[in-house]
Amino acid sequence: MAFARAKRSVLPGFGLSLGFTLAYLSLIVLIPLSAAFIKTAGMSWAEFLEAVASPRVVASYKLSFGISLCAALINAFFGFILSWVLVRYTFPGQRLVDALVDLPFALPTAVAGIALSAIYARNGWVGTWLDPIWAKGVQELSSIVPWVDWPSWLGTKLAFDRPGIFIALTFIGLPFVVRTVQPVLAELEPDLEEAAATLGANRWQTMTKVILPELLPALITGFALAFARALGEYGSVVFIAGNQPLHSEITPLLIMTKLEQYDYRGATAIASVMLVTSFVLLLLINLLQKWSRRYYRV
Amino acid sequence: MSPRNIFIVALALGGAVAAFAKNVELLNVSYDPTREFYGDYNAAFAKYWKAKSGDTVTVKQSHGGSGKQARAVIDGQQADVVTLALAADINALYEVAKIVPPDWQGRLPNNSAPYTSTIVFLVRKGNPRHIKDWDDLVKPGVGVVTPNPKTSGGARWNYLAAWAYAVKKFGSEEKAKEFVGRLYRNVPVLDSGARGSTTTFVQREIGDVAIAWENEAFLALKEFGRDKFEIVVPSLSMLAEPTVSVVDKVAKKKGTEMVARAYLEYLYSDEGQDIAGRNFYRPRNEVIAAKYAGTFPQLELVTIDGAFGGWAKAHQAHFADGGTFDQIYLHK
Repeated sequence: MAFARAKRSVLPGFGLSLGFTLAYLSLIVLIPLSAAFIKTAGMSWAEFLEAVASPRVVASYKLSFGISLCAALINAFFGFILSWVLVRYTFPGQRLVDALVDLPFALPTAVAGIALSAIYARNGWVGTWLDPIWAKGVQELSSIVPWVDWPSWLGTKLAFDRPGIFIALTFIGLPFVVRTVQPVLAELEPDLEEAAATLGANRWQTMTKVILPELLPALITGFALAFARALGEYGSVVFIAGNQPLHSEITPLLIMTKLEQYDYRGATAIASVMLVTSFVLLLLINLLQKWSRRYYRV
Repeated sequence: MSPRNIFIVALALGGAVAAFAKNVELLNVSYDPTREFYGDYNAAFAKYWKAKSGDTVTVKQSHGGSGKQARAVIDGQQADVVTLALAADINALYEVAKIVPPDWQGRLPNNSAPYTSTIVFLVRKGNPRHIKDWDDLVKPGVGVVTPNPKTSGGARWNYLAAWAYAVKKFGSEEKAKEFVGRLYRNVPVLDSGARGSTTTFVQREIGDVAIAWENEAFLALKEFGRDKFEIVVPSLSMLAEPTVSVVDKVAKKKGTEMVARAYLEYLYSDEGQDIAGRNFYRPRNEVIAAKYAGTFPQLELVTIDGAFGGWAKAHQAHFADGGTFDQIYLHK
């Protein structure tokens, strides 16, 4: 359909480059991923259901998708502020801050996990004072709103509980937002804001009516990348999660657990559920991005 | 032939052997806490083998969680020998990949377990929680650190040791399940491997007691000081038998069968046993064991075959999906 509508490009070499693209994509992405589905295909429907819908696995989906979503949202918000500061202002040490943003990209995830758990554990630098505050906060919350089981939602400690997972996922996701928003923001001339101001817009209006609409597609992309990255993250999370069954076990850990028991098919079954769900979610986010672009087009 | 001529012939032969001396490389895929032990042992074996055959043998080591290591070998890591935490992981090499024969465990003495270990408690100095035996681990408020038995070989020994104690004390499997369930509700962090678990206890100061391999507990004492931790020996524990085997298919392909076999057999020699004892593994050889009697306390030890009917059965009942370990978390 899209093919029929598209006019023939004036650029030559479409067939060749598309062929190359498809071959490359197959080799790097599709063939390894299809292995997961082929292994799963050997299972009966009942076996498959048992592998992917047992209570522990279902609890891990909720946890993984829930916390990844929270972490990506937080990253979208703070990532936006960070890139704003990096693009719009000049200050001493700016290059350094800019480079620091990339650190979570470069750091081996296990190192990140160990470092984070060392810092946020009850005897760590941050943990010594923040951990009791968190525990007390959750307790207070339980007395104010007693009908929600806060300790099992929010955990009672920072490291080795649910907050730890959130901390790790926020850490690894930050650069994705900053690095997608930053170039778009840099392209956006300050003239635009000045023009808005001369036309009588206040700062809030400039932000919401002029800047955000232009940035939204990039912000959504950054959000989607951070979210996808968080879903698959294993190395850093296992060190800080506490890994309690039904409470702080992420889905990638369950996949590893199955592998550890030589249950290759069970592991790939869970993996394919993750894959399909992530794919659908990413597709939806892409559509949202397209829609936002059209909606705000001036 | 005169003695002089014999001497010359011997020299010539020696020269010939030297000319054919090879460099052999072995890969020993092992589990986490054997790092220090095999470091010492490989040097000793290289010396022995050089004297015996003239060949220079270099042994490369790989360490990690026992199950993970077995899987790496199944997936194609070229291990000449495996020295893993439990027989079940080597059984998997036969069952999943057929790279060792089904009767691998009968090929070496003592069920192919040249040294043994057991499961003990590591507590903080002065034992502030007064932990003496397994009962003290299920008391409310006691933090117990042990890895996830689904991902760690060592943790399976921990789990089964607690189970065996409870069966002996309360006399039924039902009661044992309840006991172990209470124990695991006291576990704040389920690490994926034995080393991770020791780190959690020692470095992060989480929990009051860590259930650990005896040798790992001794190592922790050695590394972090006797002024910080103590070892508590429970009244009953498992006789942990870490097993070893040549990976026939790989060794045959690489032509290292003979060296690989000698490498494992030498573990049973006096020197091999002594190195094991020095590295806090219990030697099989009684004479050498007597030398280390002061290090290793006596306690009642049950075996996996005696108390659980072998690994296959124990795995099915406790660690397979839906086994007792899953049940204690699902039915709180």
